[in-house]
Amino acid sequence: MSDAVPPSHVTRRSLLVGGAAVAGVAEFVSPTALVASGPPSGDTSTPSTETRLKINGTELRLALDPRVTLLDALREHVGLTGTKKGCDHGQCGACTVIVNGHRINSCLTLAVMHDGDEVTTIEGLGSPDKLHPMQAAFVRHDGFQCGYCTPGQICSSIAMLDEIAQGIPSHATQDLHHIAFSDEEVRERMSGNICRCAAYPNIIAAIRDVHGEVA
Amino acid sequence: MRAFTYERAENPQEAAAAVARSPGAKFIAGGTNLLDLMKLDIERPTHLVDVNRIGLDQIEPTAEGGLRIGALVRNTALAAHPLIMRDYPVLSRALVAGASAQLRNKATTAGNLLQRSRCPYFYDTSKPCNKRQPGSGCAAIDGFSRNLAILGVSDQCISQHPSDMAVALRLLDAAVETVMPGGQTRAIPVGDFHTLPGTTPHIENVLRHGEFITGVTLPPPLGGTQVYRKIRDRASYAFATVSVAMIQAPGGRRWAFGGIGTKPWRVAEADHVADAHGIADIVLAGARPTAQNRFKLTVTRRAIAAALAEA
Repeated sequence: MSDAVPPSHVTRRSLLVGGAAVAGVAEFVSPTALVASGPPSGDTSTPSTETRLKINGTELRLALDPRVTLLDALREHVGLTGTKKGCDHGQCGACTVIVNGHRINSCLTLAVMHDGDEVTTIEGLGSPDKLHPMQAAFVRHDGFQCGYCTPGQICSSIAMLDEIAQGIPSHATQDLHHIAFSDEEVRERMSGNICRCAAYPNIIAAIRDVHGEVA
Repeated sequence: MRAFTYERAENPQEAAAAVARSPGAKFIAGGTNLLDLMKLDIERPTHLVDVNRIGLDQIEPTAEGGLRIGALVRNTALAAHPLIMRDYPVLSRALVAGASAQLRNKATTAGNLLQRSRCPYFYDTSKPCNKRQPGSGCAAIDGFSRNLAILGVSDQCISQHPSDMAVALRLLDAAVETVMPGGQTRAIPVGDFHTLPGTTPHIENVLRHGEFITGVTLPPPLGGTQVYRKIRDRASYAFATVSVAMIQAPGGRRWAFGGIGTKPWRVAEADHVADAHGIADIVLAGARPTAQNRFKLTVTRRAIAAALAEA
């Protein structure tokens, strides 16, 4: 399906998926390389559309079937599998990424709609050696059990604190003009991220911790 | 997902013309509802015209003293706009009562108005649904109808209108501005924009094929106390069982309702009644509930009383 060069470092993930759909993680794709990939279904009747995406700081040019969601582009075409596919219908939030500073469900948007956009995924937030403060807080507070929803929870949490800082109200906001940070605000604002293991109390503790650090 | 062709429109009239050229074409803006339905094979566009780079993403004052909301203004940006929060708080409240933060960041003003039914039988392609497949029947009337409409229903469809935003716009007497493929424009009062199901539940609004929403205008602010109360099965990220929008201003009181109507619901006669039961009697006069959603009559009554207490 893909003739792209596989990543030179082999991870458990790349072994599992083999070379089938991995076009190389972002760092291995030259910024000007055109990554051509067929649609997931193998149907090549739809002409592909060129789309430029800046993913975690790296500019990529992708030739995509217009049916490819941003989520599938990240996972299947760019090889960034940190972003998870849960329901694929915008209900669970596992696919949450940050686009131009806003958190969105990457499963409910087409990659071709994001020409020129800046996408931040869990891979772009921190590294194992240098965790993002929110990643560190999730570890510290045990804000997960199975971990499947965690990349979405963390991307969502970071953007959510930014929304509060910008004065964007929520359903839990008493005074539209003054947001008082509270567990209720966090619960309401994070309702688009489901955790099947119900690690919610620890997720809230992690978010509260990071909010305290930056406040 | 079925194959479709894709193009990016540069301006509203070009977008309108592009959709008009192809009977199977649709606009795509936020895409949060359309793509969901395309994945389920409920929506089957053959061509998508992407209007995300078209502009129309500003909120500006009108000559009449109101505001013009660009069609592409995202739900979050609309809810958090200083002039909306100050002068039309019921609209901010309705917006943040709907969907999740991720969806509100993507969903647009025009797209919210055009979102489709959440009736379980509209979604279940193994069941008849006159809205999805005209003439196939309605599985909802004798089915799982708990959250469906009690007002404006027909023998062919009892799907409730899912939008919170549209209820506030109905309350505020907003108007939908459009451009035709030929370049003509028109303004449609929100109250006339959505259509009742009748014998054509697959038709949900008065737009013609290719007619493109450029924005929504709000009349000058009414001031007063503004309330949006939403009752639902889950405290967040759920559609309304009953929602009540109300303004109590020096010029009078007015009401609009969500969750109970096949379109955003307003009965002007109720605006002149003082007590909660009197208001409810007028609003619910033509109600045709099913056995499963009869409780909405009581919930609506209580929601009206609660809104009055809150104001």
